[in-house]
Amino acid sequence: MSAFWRVVWIVAKKDLAIEARSRELLNTTVFFALSCVIVFSVSFVGEGGDGRALGDAAAGILWIAIAFSGTLALGRTFERERYGDTLRALLLAPGARPAVYVGKLVGVVGLLLATEIIIVPLVALLFQARLFDHTLLLAALLGFGTVGFACVGTLFAAMLGRARSRDVLLPILLYPVTIPVMIAGVRGTAALIQPTPQLDMARLWIMLLLSFDVVFLTLSLWTFESVMTE
Amino acid sequence: MSVDFLDLSIRELSRHFGRRRALSRLSLECRAGEIVGLLGPNGAGKSTLLAIVSTLAAPSSGELRYGGRTAHEIGAVLRARIGVLSHDLHLYSELTALENLVFFGRLYGVPDPETVAARALERARLADRGADLVSGFSRGMRQRLALERALLHNPRLLLLDEPFTGLDDASTVALIARLRELRSSGCITLLATHDLDVAEVVLDRAVILQDGKLVAIEPDVRGLRKRYQERLSAGARP
Repeated sequence: MSAFWRVVWIVAKKDLAIEARSRELLNTTVFFALSCVIVFSVSFVGEGGDGRALGDAAAGILWIAIAFSGTLALGRTFERERYGDTLRALLLAPGARPAVYVGKLVGVVGLLLATEIIIVPLVALLFQARLFDHTLLLAALLGFGTVGFACVGTLFAAMLGRARSRDVLLPILLYPVTIPVMIAGVRGTAALIQPTPQLDMARLWIMLLLSFDVVFLTLSLWTFESVMTE
Repeated sequence: MSVDFLDLSIRELSRHFGRRRALSRLSLECRAGEIVGLLGPNGAGKSTLLAIVSTLAAPSSGELRYGGRTAHEIGAVLRARIGVLSHDLHLYSELTALENLVFFGRLYGVPDPETVAARALERARLADRGADLVSGFSRGMRQRLALERALLHNPRLLLLDEPFTGLDDASTVALIARLRELRSSGCITLLATHDLDVAEVVLDRAVILQDGKLVAIEPDVRGLRKRYQERLSAGARP
């Protein structure tokens, strides 16, 4: 294993070990995402009708739940590094500093994917959305979308680690930048749950998400060291 | 690739934060086997200097050489020879003492980190608390553990920011003994402290800073408290 990936593995393994012990982040993130989905389902799914939500609402609500719970997870993940200023300790280690970023990113993506495993079936159930008719395409949308969102979020959350108003600043910075990811995720998911699924359209949005991921990841790796060192 | 150096050379180092000058044209030479104290009131620039030397911050101007080479020339491997104990201790409270040491040992590429961590726990007098979460430790215990964490990878350059905070008398004596042991092994130690009593006992030289400027270099630390007060009130230059 190269030195870069060794650091990635060590940092990600540490985050997962802490989370496996406390389950604090997973519980709060899942609870928040579930609350989000349930509240929206009450608003959008009509009583006495055919029980289906309005148009593409399920797709939008799924991605809103991911974005909101992801923001919560990002904030809490870096809150842990704030106690004891351990993020600086990671930056003082001899490995490549972008490897620390990727290690944290892997932890955040893992947490969000675990949350999605719980909320996607719930959205499918409550909104009667046919999310599992094209599982691979859905998995690609969720996977690439989550990586894109987490790429930017991990960079911003790390940058704001020592800022006093970081909880307010994180969504203000994060949401405008990740709007392309959200739009691609929502439209791609909506294309999958149409009465006649638009698979070509879904593939197009997946390719767009992949492009966003490449751009965001490259920019994040490029800028991480300079924004983290004062 | 390993790297080593026997001296640290700081030349005309300045650091500005906007219009505020945290460090102003500071020059200093440190040699292997020397404990150099950084003294000064709050805001004097001690922590900024340690951050720059540790490579966490970049200077606005000036030069820093580790054995004749800059951090840029040496690359990331330089950090494998630097140990840092900051005021925030750099420990994960959700991990046990042993897990913390093993984690940082792995991060620094220390061979056989479990054995090294176990030895470090003994030196920190925490061998019987290795399986306990750090969140349950007192400040003094954390401080001892953090010092061993900073020394796990056998650094050539040790940067200590207020290392005596929270230590009881026995731990202070043990830390002084440990610093002398490191001096004998050729470690360069830069130690920022407000504790002048301890400084008189442990330092080889004292550098007095005020408002980011070097006020004096005291080659003899005997009677340091009196001279420190005089230097600061006079705002004298070396």
